[in-house]
Amino acid sequence: MAVAQRTPRGARWGPAVRRNLTAYGFLSGALLCFAFFSWYPMIRGFILSLQSNNFVDPPTWVGLDNYRTIFADPVFQTAWVNTVVFTVLALLCGYVVPFCTALVLNELRHARGYLRFVVYLPVMLPPAVAVLLFKWFYDPGPGLFNQVLGLVGLPGLSWLDASSTALISLVLVSTWMNLGTGTLIYLAALQSVPGELYEAAELDGAGFFRRVWHVTIPQTRLILLVMLLLQIIATMQVFIEPYLLTGGGPEDSTMTVVYLMYQYAFTYKDFGAGSALGVMLMLVLMVFSAAYLRFSRDDTQERS
Amino acid sequence: MSLTATRPPAAPKTAPAKARRRPRRIFTSEHRTVVSPHHLNTLWGRRIYWAVLALVLVVFTFVFLFPLYWMVTGAMKTQEEFLRLPPTYFPSSWTLDSYHEAWELMGLGKFLLNTFQYAFGALAFTLAFDVAAAYALSKLRPAFGNVVLLAMLATLMIPPTVILLPAYLTVKDMPIVQLDLLNTPWAIWLPAVANGFTIFLLKRFFDAIPRELLEAAQIDGASAWRILRSIILPVSRPILGVVSILTVTNVWRDFVWPLLVLPDPERMTISVGIASLRFNMPQTTMTAALVIASIPTIVVFLAFQRHIMAGLTAGGLKG
Repeated sequence: MAVAQRTPRGARWGPAVRRNLTAYGFLSGALLCFAFFSWYPMIRGFILSLQSNNFVDPPTWVGLDNYRTIFADPVFQTAWVNTVVFTVLALLCGYVVPFCTALVLNELRHARGYLRFVVYLPVMLPPAVAVLLFKWFYDPGPGLFNQVLGLVGLPGLSWLDASSTALISLVLVSTWMNLGTGTLIYLAALQSVPGELYEAAELDGAGFFRRVWHVTIPQTRLILLVMLLLQIIATMQVFIEPYLLTGGGPEDSTMTVVYLMYQYAFTYKDFGAGSALGVMLMLVLMVFSAAYLRFSRDDTQERS
Repeated sequence: MSLTATRPPAAPKTAPAKARRRPRRIFTSEHRTVVSPHHLNTLWGRRIYWAVLALVLVVFTFVFLFPLYWMVTGAMKTQEEFLRLPPTYFPSSWTLDSYHEAWELMGLGKFLLNTFQYAFGALAFTLAFDVAAAYALSKLRPAFGNVVLLAMLATLMIPPTVILLPAYLTVKDMPIVQLDLLNTPWAIWLPAVANGFTIFLLKRFFDAIPRELLEAAQIDGASAWRILRSIILPVSRPILGVVSILTVTNVWRDFVWPLLVLPDPERMTISVGIASLRFNMPQTTMTAALVIASIPTIVVFLAFQRHIMAGLTAGGLKG
């Protein structure tokens, strides 16, 4: 190739062909990886969901039977309800709180480095570590949380062991370990709000909350929207918390869609039904993904 | 993407830096925020400010740092003290027994070594394949390059968990080549390359490198590989840093994928390995294991804090 480059006129192929060959040579590694581990599985997911497959006999087409199976499963509805409730609760904590935190941090003139560091520390822990740490804290006996509650004179809770508190316990872990990401992203966004706007608002007599409402939020609305969508997408895939903390219990109160999918595939060895559930989740999440891509493009255009 | 993600983390050195003064990134107190500086300077403004500061410091320390303190010191208590009620705030006798036990009984060294191998192998493959691909898409511009790019970016719309099962089956029995990659590092390394976001970040950065720079080299007869090596890569260090940190931390933190594709206890990552032993170990040993598992990530965080935060605003937005 080097020879061909040095004597372009003597080359056998035209320069365009050669350039394409070189380019696809550079692309080949990534193309193969994408083909095997991204594009092909996407298509295969649809195919699997329409097949009955035990991986010994050749698969047979069963139409929508797998979808009928999961619709008939009473846990299916529970899992979706739990996932949606989890997402809503996680948004209430994990979306509003980081914004308020960022708002406060942005006002502070001292200990900024420390506060940023501390708020981001849990994010750096591997999620499994954070979740297992909370498993210990939730322990009704020597667990930290009931000790703290006892310290302020409140009765202890059974946390993961009661179906009424299990899901909210999962939300708490999830919020704790993800709060830092949102906070720092909002903090970066807040720093791009022009100070003159606040001055102008102040001259017009707007108080603190009105300044936040009429200046800060409109100025950061795109990032707020994008983060909302991303957070919905991320939290709807919740798996590790129920897998490590509750195993979906008690009484399926923490069964989520991805965990159910995992169970279908690896407990009941029914990859057809599992894939059907995966396809359903994909269709739901793609609505949010598409919106995300649209808005993040708006963001790019607005700023360039 | 994020507000800062719309431009590369740092412009290539060759960009006309002096043409327009870059707006200063303001971290100083002169930057006007919601609360006006005049109010802050009044007596009550000061009082409220210090009160809020103190409150935030206490709450943040308690919420974010105290659990970690509890974990580290909890694992240093004896089994008896660990279970004592009410708990002690400082271990009355410090012991490292639990750490020893965790290291020996749970085989954490092996898990850590595995994870290290997966993370840096994934990094090597990602850098090799994705940089080459992004370079080809950005500068060599082959026929159907846009189609390829679109197909790669389209994977961003598909959250990883929804293709978990078919991806698992693919790795278990690779089509065409008929290989079983389960329990091999390839099951982590190669799928890590197929990351649309990495391609996106790299291509956007390469796009910002001026064409004239390459044309001069092309006239001199430099090959595509030579241009990549001696022109593109040297100016791309910022983005390579961001991509490296993202790739390594993604592999290090991932749980579901290694749980599925590396079921052999000899091959597990640190997260999966500890989780797999969660029912068989006393809580003190478990807690010590959690501390050991956190140390590498915390050390990396301390060392690369600034890069990680830059990567966050560039990359943390990925779902």
